[in-house]
Amino acid sequence: MALHFELVTPEKLLRSEEVYMVVVPGTEGDFGVLQGHAPFMSVVRTGELAIYSGPTTVSARIRVEGGFAEVSEKGLTVLAESASEA
Amino acid sequence: MASLKALKVRITSVKSTQKITKAMKMVAAAKLRRAQMAAEAGRPYAERLAAVMASLASKVTIGPESPKLLAGTGSDRKHLLVVATSERGLAGAFNSNIVRAARKTADALIAEGKEVSFYLIGKKGRAVIQRIYPGKIVHQVDQSHIKNVAFSDAHEVSEDLILRYRRGEFDVAHLFFAKFQSALVQEPTEIQLIPVPLTATPAGTAAAGASAAVEYEPDEEAILAELLPRNIAVQLFRAMLENAASEQGSRMTAMDNATRNAGEMINKLTIQYNRTRQAAITTELIEIIAGAEAL
Repeated sequence: MALHFELVTPEKLLRSEEVYMVVVPGTEGDFGVLQGHAPFMSVVRTGELAIYSGPTTVSARIRVEGGFAEVSEKGLTVLAESASEA
Repeated sequence: MASLKALKVRITSVKSTQKITKAMKMVAAAKLRRAQMAAEAGRPYAERLAAVMASLASKVTIGPESPKLLAGTGSDRKHLLVVATSERGLAGAFNSNIVRAARKTADALIAEGKEVSFYLIGKKGRAVIQRIYPGKIVHQVDQSHIKNVAFSDAHEVSEDLILRYRRGEFDVAHLFFAKFQSALVQEPTEIQLIPVPLTATPAGTAAAGASAAVEYEPDEEAILAELLPRNIAVQLFRAMLENAASEQGSRMTAMDNATRNAGEMINKLTIQYNRTRQAAITTELIEIIAGAEAL
């Protein structure tokens, strides 16, 4: 039940971990990614990214500024221009 | 022959120079490690971005409605050479190597009848380029206040470049920097910045098969249009990081050589000093003995 999640900024690899779900602020609306999500690519708007460690528990919120998200069979990769813990 | 006093003064002066070059070498070594770490930390982002660009490139066909950053302005008359050098000297041939690479391309372009202008990052290339191509420098980015290059610095430069591109100041932009290979080897490198060169890489064809069912939001073109300016910023950022590492590596080597040369110089001067001293003593002895015998 784990989704591999990576958050990368140009300066460093910020996070690389197994999580339950991630809610990403896309340009066309927020979307949640669980394990086994279909291949997907979206532009990310400036906003808050929420990492869920369980169905209802939010383990971290991260403010991301611009970038894009890619979901592949390997998991979710968010390439953000800048990111900071909120 | 120099007097004893003069030799002593010279030895002291070379010794203090050696101390300075030694300290500079140590500082460069420490900074090099940090710069290398920064360069490595930036690699995952660049790699993933390149992978995404490649897989998008295989899906989008370049047409008249493609973004200008990808398709170009339709002519290649005006070329902008972005030359990234360092803010400080005493780094061996680091800056002159980069400038030489830029000059080679500039001369080739001028011979083809193209217009060439320069956009400088860092101040060390200015003097030479100003002398050889007077009035061709359009802008110089001052980085003297920056200690560690941040992505925002690269981002600013890329926005300025894109703005100039939109205004039609140039058709093609080339970027020159020194690629870091080791502390001993830094290779001056040229890459085309604008329009973004999209090559259908062999990885791209493989990715196209694997990601055939990928959904895009908004759509391929919109994502690509979003990615292009970002790609330019990332390329610039990578160049700046590589340059920072190369500069420190080059300085370390140069200062190591300088320290060694100073050591050799001190040895030579010390021998000369001892010989002169010996000769002075011998002369004095001969004078005393000759005086005693004369009695």
